Amino acid sequence: MSADAEAGTVVERRDESGAEVEPLVAIRNLSKYYVRGDQVIPVLVDIDLDVAEGDFVALMGPSGSGKTTLLNLIAGIDKPSAGEIRIAGVDITQLSDADLALWRSANVGFIFQFYNLMPVLSAFGNVELPLQLTSLSRRERRDRVETALALVGLSDRATHLPNELSGGQQQRVAIARALITDPAIIVADEPTGDLDRTTAEEILGLLERLNRELEKTIIMVTHDPKAAEKAHRLVHLEKGVLVH
Amino acid sequence: MFVPLLVLRNAFRHKLRTTLTVVGIVVAIVAFGMLRTIVDAWYAGANASSSARLVTRSSVSLVFPLPLSYAPKIRQVDGVTGVAWANWFGGIYVNERNFFAQFAISPSYLAMYPEFVLSDDERRAFVADRSGAIAGRKLAEKYGWKVGDQIPLRGTIFPGTWTFNLRGIYDGAEEGTDTSTFFFHYAFLNESIKQKLGGRGDQAGLYIEQLAHPDEAAAVSAAIDAMFRNSLAETLTETEKAFQLGFVAMSEAILLAIQAVSFVVIVIIMAVMANTMAMTARERYAEYATFKALGFSNGFVALLIFAESLGIALFGGLLGVALTFPAAETFAKTVGSILPAFKVSTDTIVLQVAAALVIGVVAAAIPAWRAARVRIVEGLRAIG
Repeated sequence: MSADAEAGTVVERRDESGAEVEPLVAIRNLSKYYVRGDQVIPVLVDIDLDVAEGDFVALMGPSGSGKTTLLNLIAGIDKPSAGEIRIAGVDITQLSDADLALWRSANVGFIFQFYNLMPVLSAFGNVELPLQLTSLSRRERRDRVETALALVGLSDRATHLPNELSGGQQQRVAIARALITDPAIIVADEPTGDLDRTTAEEILGLLERLNRELEKTIIMVTHDPKAAEKAHRLVHLEKGVLVH
Repeated sequence: MFVPLLVLRNAFRHKLRTTLTVVGIVVAIVAFGMLRTIVDAWYAGANASSSARLVTRSSVSLVFPLPLSYAPKIRQVDGVTGVAWANWFGGIYVNERNFFAQFAISPSYLAMYPEFVLSDDERRAFVADRSGAIAGRKLAEKYGWKVGDQIPLRGTIFPGTWTFNLRGIYDGAEEGTDTSTFFFHYAFLNESIKQKLGGRGDQAGLYIEQLAHPDEAAAVSAAIDAMFRNSLAETLTETEKAFQLGFVAMSEAILLAIQAVSFVVIVIIMAVMANTMAMTARERYAEYATFKALGFSNGFVALLIFAESLGIALFGGLLGVALTFPAAETFAKTVGSILPAFKVSTDTIVLQVAAALVIGVVAAAIPAWRAARVRIVEGLRAIG
């Protein structure tokens, strides 16, 4: 076992026959830095991290530690300076922008701190949005959206615009949108950061349920220790380095 | 349905901003259409002129008349099948603001202008009445004249008050035919001049020749002018179109200015629209970033901006085209006698729609390019 593995960031898993099981997310030697003039600013330094299928990982660390950058890289919305990110066997660092967009639409569900719903679309329209990129018929899309809205308890709010919903309801719409394509991973960036404690508990309960009942792999960035308690595993970052 | 719905809802997110932008486009497109129509109207006389007619005038200036004795000589020139003559009258109807063209014409004049449609009864009544006159439909409608009315004109070139009996109202054979001119008998004018002014009689302001073959225009023109070379009243003969264009050329600088202003109006609204679209796109960077994060392409984001811009520009453009017609009608009623053929042409409509399309495309180009290029992580940071 490597030092990283001992720290719990790289984990060897084997199936019943003893064969090694590839983790859903396998990150190796990942670095990200920005160049400003002649200055190189490191954001992530030589990160190794595995996330198994069905895991619920919380990324924690102080502001500027690189946790959101790491999440963005895993989600395929940012490009690393070096290293490899394999997700379900695909090295996403090698994909072109167009291929990466296609990959994201099929494999990643996003939950943002400020929900990022389209203000002109109803809850239904927002949840349906990722399905517009698929070849599903209108009826199939409608069935899926209704199921997702029911799952997050918002069937009666389908026709409401985001500004007609509370923060918690908007985040539940965002969760339904993240689920709708049945993605391999769900990435959540401070999903309770804009919510009061009670609503945050509801949202965390919903994420926990998705992980437990639907076996969704969730990677969540949070500052909130209470939110982190819901995760199976905590990964701490400090100044771009995994500390334990 | 998804994209049109999204574009439509986005376009009306800021109702006041969109409304003001549409109003700006409407005003610009109407102004563009009106200015183009003014230019068209200026050229209308030349465009409506016949290629089978020549005009002969004094080679010195149009203000110098030619002797009436030229008429039979011109008629003898090979290729000329008819000759008519006319004098500009320049009278004032009630007051100076009521400007319209008035010509004293020879008996053969109307036969050479089949585009002026007059009923047989009215034609006979006009011919039979020495102080009879005919007026174009537009002119008669403007002043509420009816057949049988007496029309008084105060002469400016030929002093005194001249009263004419309106014996007919002519229509135009084609839509662009000028129906705002007043015609009366040359004989009436000539006899009165002889009585009142003596030496100013038996003179024609210009001659009009009917050609047997339009392609002989150059040769016939040269033959007529050669006939009167070295006389006391040398002539200048040209096609009717060239004659009309000579008037247009006098105001060419104004026409160029009008044309330039018509395009400046479009450039200004283009800049306003581009500013609107730039603001709109900047406000929505987080949304565009979210679209891209969800898997939508850069092209999709650009499409949303282009479609919204084109939608607003076309909506304003088509509204502008529709409003150009009543605006032109009102304008024509006001200045109908000065620009008699004031009609919005198909070319102008096409140009207006094309201008609206160009406004939409140009206004969206930079915002769409920027939004398509914005990195997802940067766009997501634009929120809150």
